[in-house]
Amino acid sequence: MELYVFDGTLEGLLTAVFDCYQRKSGAVKIVSQENFHPDVFQESFTVVSADEKANRVWAGLRKKLDKDWMLRFYKSFLSENQETFHDLLEFSRYILDNPAGAGENFGNKHVLAISQMAQKVHREKHRMEAFIRFQQTADGIFYAHIEPDFNVLPLISDHFKNRYADQKWIIYDLKRKYGLYFDLEKVEEVVFDFTTEMSPALNALPETLLDPKEELYSLLWKDYFRSTNIPARKNMKLHIRHIPKRYWKYLSEKQA
Amino acid sequence: MFERIREKLEILADAAKYDVSCSSSGSNRKNTNKGLGDSEGSGICHSYTEDGRCVSLLKILLTNHCIYDCAFCVSRKSNDIKRAAFTVEEVVELTMNFYRRNYIEGLFLSSGIFKNADYTMERLVRIVKKLRIEERFNGYIHLKTIPGASEELLKEAGLYADRMSINLEMPTESGLKLLAPEKSHEDVKKPLDFIQKNIVQLKDEKSLIKSAPKFVPAGQSTQMVIGATPETDKEIMHTASNFYKDFSLKRVYYSGYIPISTDTRLPIIGSQPPLIRENRLYQTDWLMRFYGFDVQEILNDAHPNLDADIDPKLSWALRNLDQFPVDVNTADYKMILRVPGIGVGSAKKIVQARKFGRLHQNQLKKIGIAFKKARHFIRYADSPLQLRDFDASHLKGVILSESTSKYLKTPQNQLSLF
Ligand code: SF4
Repeated sequence: MELYVFDGTLEGLLTAVFDCYQRKSGAVKIVSQENFHPDVFQESFTVVSADEKANRVWAGLRKKLDKDWMLRFYKSFLSENQETFHDLLEFSRYILDNPAGAGENFGNKHVLAISQMAQKVHREKHRMEAFIRFQQTADGIFYAHIEPDFNVLPLISDHFKNRYADQKWIIYDLKRKYGLYFDLEKVEEVVFDFTTEMSPALNALPETLLDPKEELYSLLWKDYFRSTNIPARKNMKLHIRHIPKRYWKYLSEKQA
Repeated sequence: MFERIREKLEILADAAKYDVSCSSSGSNRKNTNKGLGDSEGSGICHSYTEDGRCVSLLKILLTNHCIYDCAFCVSRKSNDIKRAAFTVEEVVELTMNFYRRNYIEGLFLSSGIFKNADYTMERLVRIVKKLRIEERFNGYIHLKTIPGASEELLKEAGLYADRMSINLEMPTESGLKLLAPEKSHEDVKKPLDFIQKNIVQLKDEKSLIKSAPKFVPAGQSTQMVIGATPETDKEIMHTASNFYKDFSLKRVYYSGYIPISTDTRLPIIGSQPPLIRENRLYQTDWLMRFYGFDVQEILNDAHPNLDADIDPKLSWALRNLDQFPVDVNTADYKMILRVPGIGVGSAKKIVQARKFGRLHQNQLKKIGIAFKKARHFIRYADSPLQLRDFDASHLKGVILSESTSKYLKTPQNQLSLF
């Protein structure tokens, strides 16, 4: 068993697949740099990300997989999960070694694992599209921060860009310390140096930064949420199934 | 200054909540004008109420003043409650500001009737027009049709709304007459018909001229209140079936009556809303729309009410045991769809998968059918020899005892579909 260490990027992972062939590796285990704990007894191979190699592997996969599968591949990569990285490496080798159509073999454990992980990431994407709550800042930008389980910002960018085409917005991932900023023309990645650590609680932007009307609308939304409930039909089990408790902190209507 | 608008919203959201539709799907309005929003695809639930209903639209009344006195309605004239009315600007601002913060998919606007039908409808139209034209709002708009409003106003409304609806309220004419003597099903049919004809006509035009305007792209729906009057399930579903056919409705909603009145014609305050019954009616609705059942097969003179303890599909199967077992390896898709425990998705997968070889038990399980339930009704490659001397009541007992008994343990709550 060879141990491959890569830099955690998609290029790195695809380069690793290329290297497997070039080095004629047998069984391989792949781990990302941040999770690698050097061990004197085990030798490791450090993958050097190379666009050229990555592109060739990507193109090879595209010949064998349809668009949906390529998207699944990308989504499961965004899970940032160590086991999924390994599944993706093995999956790629399996697909490249076999004729097209192998992606339908759900009897293969890597095929199954990736399609299930892609589903999970997709669910998180959908939840973020639903649960993000913007606050309007004094300079007219709509701001929200999130801490998604997976790195879904790249997946939700288009949705928000199409929907909020006439307002500037920022969605910031506090966990991964980067965000998206839409300036009415294009979406850009941004990194902020928050002077104090930003609290993950919602409404964490200090009032001084907010538009004077912001308080009113978040209040009205809370009022609305309460008024639209029908107590005679109360069903908390169903409620929690729809909004798992870990998401409540995003939702202004769930704050006291 | 906050207090006034907060109070209005509280009153007018509270009065609107008995309209159960929350759907924001079925439209295809793109953000093409660099304006705000889009309503493509299947809508998003941005939150859920504590009773588990999806919150996707800002659902409010323009006003709860009303000149009518429908006994089942909180806004009825004789009810001693606080009244309020939004201005056109207030509704527009609320909608825009909620939408911009990603709280909602759009607006569901209804109203009590003040002065007269046209006066009310004219204001509703003014709001949606302002949203679409001045604010360039492309989010979802569900607009109530006010019974008795003029055709010009309806036609204009249809240019801006994604969906329009008008409620039947009571499933039968006699039920309606009992509780709302001033109303009739005719008042509902006329505008439904008018809008439907316009939808069809504009569709034809659109196939010729690309730039022809959209007209109610997400279609029409209606709602009936269940359990306020003594209709049978058969009467309810036959009415629904007729309305689906006659007006190509997208949805019929069934809303279990929540007692809000001491009127002796109605169930007393504090009695439980009929949530199981409501759920069984929705299941029947699905069987009609997606499973190829005719309403007559499920509800008829011999069987005028749905069972509370089992779902209507199982109930139908038990009454028609002569049509089973169904061999999943040879039967028609249509018949596979009728097997209790097999849904639309699984039925399709079965028909595809069996092309590659005869299906066995483990494959059926993997495909995702509710095997425990379905096994009594099917044959497959390795099905055990079965002495089929089961009678219906025995089978029902077996299935109920094997199910995780969501039917029996939580009678208060809504059930899931099948
Ligand atoms: S007309 Fe509508 S709002 Fe007025 S009382 Fe009847 S149901 Fe209620």
